[in-house]
Amino acid sequence: MKIALFATCIVDGMYPEVAQATVTILRRLGHEVTFPSGQACCGQMHINSGKFEQAEPVINNHVRAFTSTEWDVAVAPSASCVASLGHQQPMVARRMGNEALATAAADVAGRTYELSQLLTDVLGVTDAAADLGSYFPHSVTYHPSCHGMRLLRLGDRQSDLIRSVEDIEFIELPLADACCGFGGTFSVKNPEVSSAMLADKARTIQATGAEVCTGGDASCLLHIGGGLSRFQRTGRFEGTPDVTAVHVKETSATDIGGDHTEHLTAVVGADDDDHLTAGEHGTSPAEPSQMQSGLRVGASTVHLARILASTKEDPLRVQSEGATVSGGSLR
Amino acid sequence: MTFLGMPLLRSKHTDVNDLPGGQGNIVEDESFATVSHKHLSNQQLRNNIGHATSTIRDKRSGVVAELDDWEELREAGSRAKNQVMANLPEYLEEFEANFTAAGGIIHWARDADEANAIVTELVEANAPVLETGRREVIKVKSMATQEIGLNEHLETQGIDAFETDLAELIVQLGDDKPSHILVPAIHRNRDEIRQIFMDKMPDAGELTNDPAVLAEAARRHLREKFLTTKVAVSGANFGIADTGTLGVVESEGNGRMCLTLPETLITVMGIEKLLPSFSDLEVFLQLLPRSSTGERMNPYTSFWTGKTPGDGPQNVHLVILDNGRTRALADEHGRTALNCIRCSACMNVCPVYERTGGHAYGSTYPGPIGAILSPLLTGVETEENGSLPYASSLCGACYDVCPVKINIPEILVHLRNEDVEANHSPVSSQLDTALTGASWMMGDGKRMAAAEKGLPLAHAVSGGKSMNSLPGIAGAWTSSRDIPGLPEKSFRQLWAEDEDRDEDRDENGEDET
Ligand code: SF4
Repeated sequence: MKIALFATCIVDGMYPEVAQATVTILRRLGHEVTFPSGQACCGQMHINSGKFEQAEPVINNHVRAFTSTEWDVAVAPSASCVASLGHQQPMVARRMGNEALATAAADVAGRTYELSQLLTDVLGVTDAAADLGSYFPHSVTYHPSCHGMRLLRLGDRQSDLIRSVEDIEFIELPLADACCGFGGTFSVKNPEVSSAMLADKARTIQATGAEVCTGGDASCLLHIGGGLSRFQRTGRFEGTPDVTAVHVKETSATDIGGDHTEHLTAVVGADDDDHLTAGEHGTSPAEPSQMQSGLRVGASTVHLARILASTKEDPLRVQSEGATVSGGSLR
Repeated sequence: MTFLGMPLLRSKHTDVNDLPGGQGNIVEDESFATVSHKHLSNQQLRNNIGHATSTIRDKRSGVVAELDDWEELREAGSRAKNQVMANLPEYLEEFEANFTAAGGIIHWARDADEANAIVTELVEANAPVLETGRREVIKVKSMATQEIGLNEHLETQGIDAFETDLAELIVQLGDDKPSHILVPAIHRNRDEIRQIFMDKMPDAGELTNDPAVLAEAARRHLREKFLTTKVAVSGANFGIADTGTLGVVESEGNGRMCLTLPETLITVMGIEKLLPSFSDLEVFLQLLPRSSTGERMNPYTSFWTGKTPGDGPQNVHLVILDNGRTRALADEHGRTALNCIRCSACMNVCPVYERTGGHAYGSTYPGPIGAILSPLLTGVETEENGSLPYASSLCGACYDVCPVKINIPEILVHLRNEDVEANHSPVSSQLDTALTGASWMMGDGKRMAAAEKGLPLAHAVSGGKSMNSLPGIAGAWTSSRDIPGLPEKSFRQLWAEDEDRDEDRDENGEDET
């Protein structure tokens, strides 16, 4: 199959290795990859900032780039950008009175898949170890990004692929479906609320003890990694009052077979006993958070394409093996 | 009787901005970013709200999962409401005819002031002046009367309005504002409540912070009022057009008492509360309790159609309120916000609400629905209501749970666009400039490629190191997050280099092994 790669602006400019990993995976499956050269961005950044007029040329550019070359399906290593193509581009084009662009955008969007969607639904990959030779002998936790979950309805596609990587240790992230607080310009328009959300996401990731946190959207991973890195450098959360209601506890359960399993469970807010204690309008957390008590260096974020591309012959290295981590992102 | 005429209704020729906006408690007076600052540092608030919302979230998803036709129910709910909005004048007239035929009296109020004046006049005509020199009314929890600031207005007119819902009572006695539409005192804990009761209930005596003791104190305090007060004021969850019936759904039974014991009943209802027919309740009485309290059925559901001789209030009034709803209805991209049945599911799942609480939204309507409804009712130019649509990371959790399928994220983005066209806030100018530049660059892949040619230089200058403190708008990012060092080359450059290599190889006749 001839597959057109939509790298997305953030991967193109910040994380070229994620696009390279995507190409590697697809070639490994025997497909031809093309890169429509005129591509830039899906326009989401402008649309979500309410700048429909400025988004129109960006949408137009995307449609021009992807209609001027021949391909069977297109793929992007980002659920958010793929969702924007289908959910936002036609809407904005129509709002700008550009019906032709709306139709063309919907057509391109209809043939563009998020990476795990393409691998699972179109290319029939069910076992990353068997089908792709994926190998990553490390502990990994996974953040399912909002737009993948709620706009593309990816369900377990991403996590199933990650779980099927050879020798991976998959650790469930408590409160995984909570937003990391990025939200594009939300992070700069309401930086404190965004940082408060990020701090809780970082707390739960740290509590898993996983070496890396993966996911399918470079933008969320950039944000989460940035928070992890800042915490590891300074030992505290910044940019927002140091308050949280999220506490991660370890619980163990015994199943019917008599096996003990350890789980991480997040408790949000005061439980009933705490409710009885007098309210304190202070700024310090009720108890030291996991992160404050157990400062641990090493957690970083990495896009799932790179884990899927990692093999025994050419493994992706983590920080403890000498890899560079920059701004919380694994290079 | 006060007839103030039908509210203005949607016409194809009116621009939404020509329509009057609503007034009252639907206005954010400082920007959301500013107000949220102080709430973010409140540990008590964060604990209480975190605990309550996560509990109710779990309950909700549990009872929703029991129904295999939940999605069909949502679809049916959304369709019924859309039908009402598309034919609102006809449904309002049908409702008026049926309610009036059953002996009820209808008053139309264009805005908060008119509604407050009508209610005041009705109370003056029907509630006696007590020894204190003041009049009294009892109230059932109602969003519409909070929106118009009815209690505050009545107070200035010599009328004391007593809230009878437990949580509303706590809020009222504490001289406070509700912070959640369903659990108004969500920000208070038991000790605070005990203190409020001991300070404000004359006969309460010594109390403990045991919920049963507190509830009993409230019950004693209220029972007396139910039996002696002549006039009650309520809201309505539904107005049924084909029968002229009003309905209130509640948990504590205080509503049932208010709706049946007094001689005069005055209800304030927004024009959007109508449902076409009684049979639509089949859908809504499943959607509402499961979405709001996570219950299969709410404990008390009361319906009345005008008056019933020999049973309940014999003097029954309804004030039908516009207060900006016609304005919201005229906005074709925002009007589905009027479909809201005030279940509060959207705020219970909202990660922003969970951290800032309801007061940060400056309105009777907090959380995701408030972030769209307040600016739709007033227009984005009103005070800081233009900042509300930005109070969201667009994570989409609200849309997923909304029982009437209001696409809140899409309306938020629409209202941001309205804000961009109406307000040009100097605070965001740096971001605006950056986005304008990005639009020019990303409007053409060639320009983007040219810009990326700067990467090797930027990489060299920064040493490929992470960026931890940047000036200006980028500083809002680096206030809490580091940024990875720039890569040496963009993917576009790497790809082009690979292609060149491949071409060279082809030209040199090497085979690809
Ligand atoms: S917008 Fe939807 S979820 Fe939110 S309160 Fe209204 S009906 Fe409920």
